[in-house]
Order: sequence, then C-alpha cells, then structure tokens
Amino acid sequence: MTHLLDVDGVTLRYKTPSSLITATDRVSFQVETGDRFVLLGPSGCGKSTLLKAVGGYLTPEEGEIRIKGRTVKRPGADRMMVFQEFDQLLPWKTVVENVMFPLSVARKLARREAEEKARAYIEKVNLTKFADSYTHTLSGGMKQRVAIARGMAMEPDILLMDEPFAALDALTRRHMQDELLRLWEDTRFTVLFVTHSIAEAIRIGNRILLLSPHPGQVKAEVNDVDRVSAENGEAAELEKRIHDLLFNDPHPETTV
Amino acid sequence: MTQATITMRDVAGDRAAAGKRAVVVRELGALERAWNNAFVRKTLIIIVLAVAWEVYARILDNPLTFPTLSETIKTLIERIGDGVLLTRAWTSIKVLLLGYFVGLVLAGLLTMLAITTRIGTDFLETMTAMFNPLPAIALLPLALIWFGLGTASLVFTLVHSVLWAVALNTHAGFLSVSHTLRMVGRNYELTGFAYVRRILVPAAFPSILTGLKIGWAFAWRTLIAAELVFGVASGQGGLGWFIFENRNLLDIPAVFAGLLTVIVIGLVVENLVFRTIEKKTVRRWGMQG
Repeated sequence: MTHLLDVDGVTLRYKTPSSLITATDRVSFQVETGDRFVLLGPSGCGKSTLLKAVGGYLTPEEGEIRIKGRTVKRPGADRMMVFQEFDQLLPWKTVVENVMFPLSVARKLARREAEEKARAYIEKVNLTKFADSYTHTLSGGMKQRVAIARGMAMEPDILLMDEPFAALDALTRRHMQDELLRLWEDTRFTVLFVTHSIAEAIRIGNRILLLSPHPGQVKAEVNDVDRVSAENGEAAELEKRIHDLLFNDPHPETTV
Repeated sequence: MTQATITMRDVAGDRAAAGKRAVVVRELGALERAWNNAFVRKTLIIIVLAVAWEVYARILDNPLTFPTLSETIKTLIERIGDGVLLTRAWTSIKVLLLGYFVGLVLAGLLTMLAITTRIGTDFLETMTAMFNPLPAIALLPLALIWFGLGTASLVFTLVHSVLWAVALNTHAGFLSVSHTLRMVGRNYELTGFAYVRRILVPAAFPSILTGLKIGWAFAWRTLIAAELVFGVASGQGGLGWFIFENRNLLDIPAVFAGLLTVIVIGLVVENLVFRTIEKKTVRRWGMQG
C-alpha cells in the first residue's frame, strides 16, 4: 500500500562555512490521508530541516521522500508551506490576491475561478472583512490565517506547517490552534506540523513523532493522540510522559 | 478544592454613574491637520526662501550679480513666452530620457545576469566598484573624441551616470529579498524570468525605486554640466547651453531663469512622478514608512 507521505530512511546534511552538519539520521515515518501529523522535538533535532526536505528545498543524502508514490525532487504546489515568519505573505498584494496568486500561477485557474475560491477560503478563516486590505495592515495572527487560507485553497496533497504559531502571543496562539482544528473538522486536510511545544503537539496532532537531537533521530511515535481528553488530566499526563521521554534521557551524551 | 473567584464589573455603568464618557477618537483641528501635511510645511519653507531672496536682492541692488526674484520671474515668463526656454528645456529632456532609458535597459540586463550567474555577479560588482565613484562627466572629453560633438556623446555620458547607480541598487535589492519570500516563490513553482518578475522585482521594489531616483538625479546633473561644457549640438542647445550663453551676454536674470527651470523640472519629477509611483506602490504596500 502506498502512503500519502512516505519518509523512508532519510539522512539530511547541510553545510556551514566551517563544517558539515547532520541534521537527521535515517528518519522514517509515514503519514496517511487526513492525519494531523506532528514532528516534535527540541531545537537541533532537525524537524524544520525535515519539513523543508518534504517541501523539496533540500535533497536527502540517503533515503527517499515519496508523496503518493512520487519521489520529491523539488518544491511544488502539491505541498503548500505555511512558514513561521509573518513576511511569507507578498506585501504588494491584497489578502485575496495573496490567496489567488498560487491558484493562478501554479494551478492555472482563470481569474474569476481563482477569486471565487480565494474568497471562499478567506471566509473560512473569518477574514472576509479584510479580503481587500494590504497585508501590512493585518496583525500577526491574521497574517498566519491568510497563509493557512492560501495553503488550504490550493487543496494540496499535504499542508506543511513550520511552527506557524511560534511567533504569536500566547492568547492568539491558543485561538489559532482551536481555529486550525475547526478548519480540519471542516475539510479534513492532511497536515504535517512542526513544533517544539509539547502542549501544542498534543492539542493539534492525532499522531506525534518524537525526535531526539544531534543528530535528529526518531525516538518514538505517539498514535491516537486525539483520544486523550483535556478535561480529566489525561492530556497533562501525556504531556509529562512525552517531556520525560524527550529530556530525561538515560544516555546523557545525547541530552542537550 | 479551592477555586478562584471572578467578579464581573459593569464598566459602562460606572462611567454613566460618574456622568462622563470616555473619549475614544478626537478629531484634530484644521490648523493641526494642515501642519501635519508635509506638502504644506515644505511650501511654507519655499515661500520663506523666496521672500528672503527678494529682500536680499533689493538691498544689494546689483542685477549684474544677483537679480531679484521678481526680475528673474519676469525674465522667466518672457523667455517662456518667446519659446526659447521651452525649446531648450525640451531639447535637454529628450536627450535625458534617451540616456535614462538606455541606462535602465542596460542596468536591467546586467542585474539579470548578476542574479542568474556567479560570474555575472562578479562582473557587476567589479564594474560598479570601478565606475560608481567615477563622475560620469569625467568621461565627456573622451566621449567627444569617440562620438564627436552631438547627442551620442551626451547619451554615452548619461548612460554611465544612470547605469551603475541603478544596477547597484537593484542588485542590492534582489539580494535583500527575504529567504521566506524566495521559498514561497519556489513553492508556487515559479522559475526563471517569471520568478524574477513576480517575486524578486516587487519584493526589491523599494531599492529599485531608490536606484531610479538616484539615477535620475545623476543624469540630470550630468546633462546640465555636459551642456555647459560644449553647448550646441546641431544648432539646438539645451538648458545648460541656455545658462552658458546668457552668462556670456551678461543677461544674469536669464541665467537665474535657466537655473530656476532646472530646479523646477527636478522638483516636478521628484514630487509628481516619483512621489506618485511611491504612493501607489511601496507606501501602499507598507514596505516604506
């Protein structure tokens, strides 16, 4: 059976001016349609690098990344990225033009069709009032919602989110997490989500991949995360267990 | 189990009881609003300078060295009336536009080359390092030998004054486009020229616009200076020649009228053309305060 996303023994290395750094070492995992798959780990575990490799910005030195059976070779609109940085929106375009842009250049939709679709998704993220505003007039949370709408409107095979809420204030972050879940209930897209927050991973994900740092290796995979309830303390319990797994390493040389 | 207590407060009720209303928005007065307008403030400065000129020239009372503003304006109107000044200005502007646009096209080609190949980058950097500090007017004597007295020499010099400033700014602008925006562009499957046109150029537009403005100013100065040096080409002088000619005739108010025309054209281009582009682009996009 082919998985929606198959990361198969992937080793990623990148160069700095003085050295060659191994970001991930033979990492494997599979994502199925409709998954909210979270890559979780401390800084230096290569989770963002891994996401960029799935995005096609890096080529694995070892192993292969396949999306619906096709090997990932370069960036493409079948894998839409949502970045952490607020400057991911094009400031010379309005909100609706930002969402329309990939629809017309990558999907080759006609203008009317692209605009209709863009406005529908902008409504989903509750930004109808700001559809014709330029992006510099929006708050950080609103910008991230536009980026999510832009990604979703493309109806990609998978949505790749690189710590999209990390630069937001705590209240807005909570709100955005709920909104993302609501959107998921609505359209059941597949998302690969990178975060360093255990609480966020538990709230967002139905599956979590725990990565250990230097170099990034798979430590554990947590499934059926969405079955734990936040009310009776199960989520807090899970959070503690994941924390212990990540930080109370029996092998001290791999701890940061 | 202990619980935190929450007490609700009726904010509007409290205010009403005190008989006050919170002021959320206060309109500014007309004078205050006018003073906040940069155009109003700058006009005021120009008026003050004009009055100072007039007063000083009247005290000096020597039209051979420093004519009054009113005299200058009178000459200006006369010379515009007999058509001399306008034809001279038009001659200058024609040459200027030609040189400017040739410079822009070359700058565009050079920066395209510079962002696509490494050797192109090296070429651009070496050339700008050499030619940017060299005042274009210094090339004029050489240009006169190569191309003779005429428009070709002027255009050659103008291209030099525009090309390096624009290429340098455009290239710097391209280099400063954020990594995230580049990744977004590639995510949209944009490559080659489409990527440059749809991502890099708009993202670097503030720098490109600065380059265009600097290039324009350089070209304008270079042209007037060049015209002062060799004047008439095919019986048609420009503004620089107008200034030079009238100095030789000791018609100083006409010299001032010529200088004023140079200033006015510069101001009009800066304030109407570039300001409008700026308003419609980088300011509207929030890419510049």
